[in-house]
Amino acid sequence: MRRTRGDVIFDAANYTLVSVFFLLILYPLYFIIIASLSNPDFVNIGAITFWPRGITLEGYQRTLREVSVWRGYRNTILYTVLGTTINVSLTMTAGYALSRKELAGRSVIMRLIVFTMLFSGGLIPTYLIVKGLGMTNTLWAMVIPNAVSAWNLIIARTYLQQSIPQELLEASLVDGCSYARFFWEVAVPLSGAIIAVLALLYSVAHWNSFFTGLIYLQDYSKYPLQLILRDILLGYQTAGAADDAKTVQEMQRIADLMKYALIIVASFPVMVLYPFLQRYFVKGVMVGAIKG
Amino acid sequence: MKSTSAAPAIPRPSRRKLLSHAMRSWQLYAFLLPTLLYFGIFHYGPLYGAQIAFRDYLGALGIWGSPWVGLKNFERFFNSAYFVNLLSNTVILSVLMLVFSFPVPVIFALMLNQLGNQRYKRIVQTVSYAPHFISTVVFVGMLFLFTSPSVGIVNILVSRLGGPRIYYMGSAAWFRPVYVLSDIWQETGWGAIIYLAALSAINPELYEAATIDGATKFQRILHIDIPAILPTVTILLVLRAGAIMSLGFEKAFLMQSSLNLEVSEIISTYVYKVGLQGAQFSFASAVGLFNSVANLVLLLIVNRVARALGETSLW
Repeated sequence: MRRTRGDVIFDAANYTLVSVFFLLILYPLYFIIIASLSNPDFVNIGAITFWPRGITLEGYQRTLREVSVWRGYRNTILYTVLGTTINVSLTMTAGYALSRKELAGRSVIMRLIVFTMLFSGGLIPTYLIVKGLGMTNTLWAMVIPNAVSAWNLIIARTYLQQSIPQELLEASLVDGCSYARFFWEVAVPLSGAIIAVLALLYSVAHWNSFFTGLIYLQDYSKYPLQLILRDILLGYQTAGAADDAKTVQEMQRIADLMKYALIIVASFPVMVLYPFLQRYFVKGVMVGAIKG
Repeated sequence: MKSTSAAPAIPRPSRRKLLSHAMRSWQLYAFLLPTLLYFGIFHYGPLYGAQIAFRDYLGALGIWGSPWVGLKNFERFFNSAYFVNLLSNTVILSVLMLVFSFPVPVIFALMLNQLGNQRYKRIVQTVSYAPHFISTVVFVGMLFLFTSPSVGIVNILVSRLGGPRIYYMGSAAWFRPVYVLSDIWQETGWGAIIYLAALSAINPELYEAATIDGATKFQRILHIDIPAILPTVTILLVLRAGAIMSLGFEKAFLMQSSLNLEVSEIISTYVYKVGLQGAQFSFASAVGLFNSVANLVLLLIVNRVARALGETSLW
């Protein structure tokens, strides 16, 4: 294509602006990494800009020695694995049923589900239901009250409707195949991509979930990682009363040291998987967009 | 479309076959049942339970047994000193987000789409999604670290340039700018995906024709790219505008401190505090219900306006 002088200027300006924005996004992420590896004395005086200084793993050592972090990690893994299993099972089975035209009352059911996205009874009535069922302060409160996301259900239904031909199902039914068997032997094997998308969307939501634990859990021992993180990162846990000024400084120093490493440790599973998984997330947005 | 009457040669399905078909589609309902129960209990249950907003809820008496008080809880809220403050905090923050944070992904997508180097484009895109996956707790923790008056990199840089050190997270004046700017940092890349998809669907022949006609890059954006993504922008704008009252709880709650409460207390954080921490279930339900209704009404109005303007609407 022919490039005018205006186009050249446009391109130069565009590349510059995109690059500036790119660096603005990248730098805080990069800074967390180098700060987590540096001596906090350098971090605290602003001596760290581009490279780590006084490299130390002390922050990681302190973090990994913290019992509450381990417990939070264990709880979050439990909530994430169990929650995602429930989420994906329900979303796929319901999405399959709703994708079949012969299901009587299909459109009414869809409307009732979409309505829940537009209007809700609110926090307190929901809380009272969960409490009434005896779920508060149990594992179930973390996985049942958000068992199905209406949005993800629409994504799954749209996918199944488009990728599993109605004719194939009809032919199988004529041959005596049941809906359940068709689901397991045809629909599920053909839905690898959407199952991956759903599992990822749900599991990241569980991993990052803070609110559910905040409202339904009372025992510190059941807290998910995000609640533990809040206590440490946002200083809800007072560092303990110390008269000696040096000790206070030392404690502050340790807390500061831990914070950067803790951010890395807490985000580690998502961030490590991220480069491999991000295209699935993008796919998820796309499948949703078809409907929208 | 096949019709059985038009094909008399084909025998009608026997009763047994019909029965087995019904049995088989019964399985579909079994597949649906757990999800229907879920929506019934955890979404329609609370809708039904929201009537405690019109009652004086007492745990021992339950929803039905608690005395009916009509609009008392709503009146108390509307007449309270908090009402105007909560409403304006929620609306102002949402509108700021709509004005400043909503257009950025659109512009970002248009700019990314113009990058000729596909590899660079992919790298920028991949990095730009990453902040979306940081949890709110970690994200707010990062804000505290970066803006700390003593050790935060923002203040260190500002003071080196001769500016004053500011405790951003403890300042009422800075709460909204920090909230909106940090949202731009976190969500721009993710928000751009959907626009990039719309842009990639444009027929390349349009560009070629425009170039032959002497259109500059800027003109091509103006006359090809922008019209192509406008329907998507409209739909998302309607959704965002309709969600003005339903500002997320987590970020505002975590950014709150007694120092910025005058601007950071929004309806959702207030409902949590009064309802769950203060155990005023009925009053908090009334506040929540007011919020839900206002939200729905707003969405309906915005959607109607969008439709009247001849643009895309939700339904």
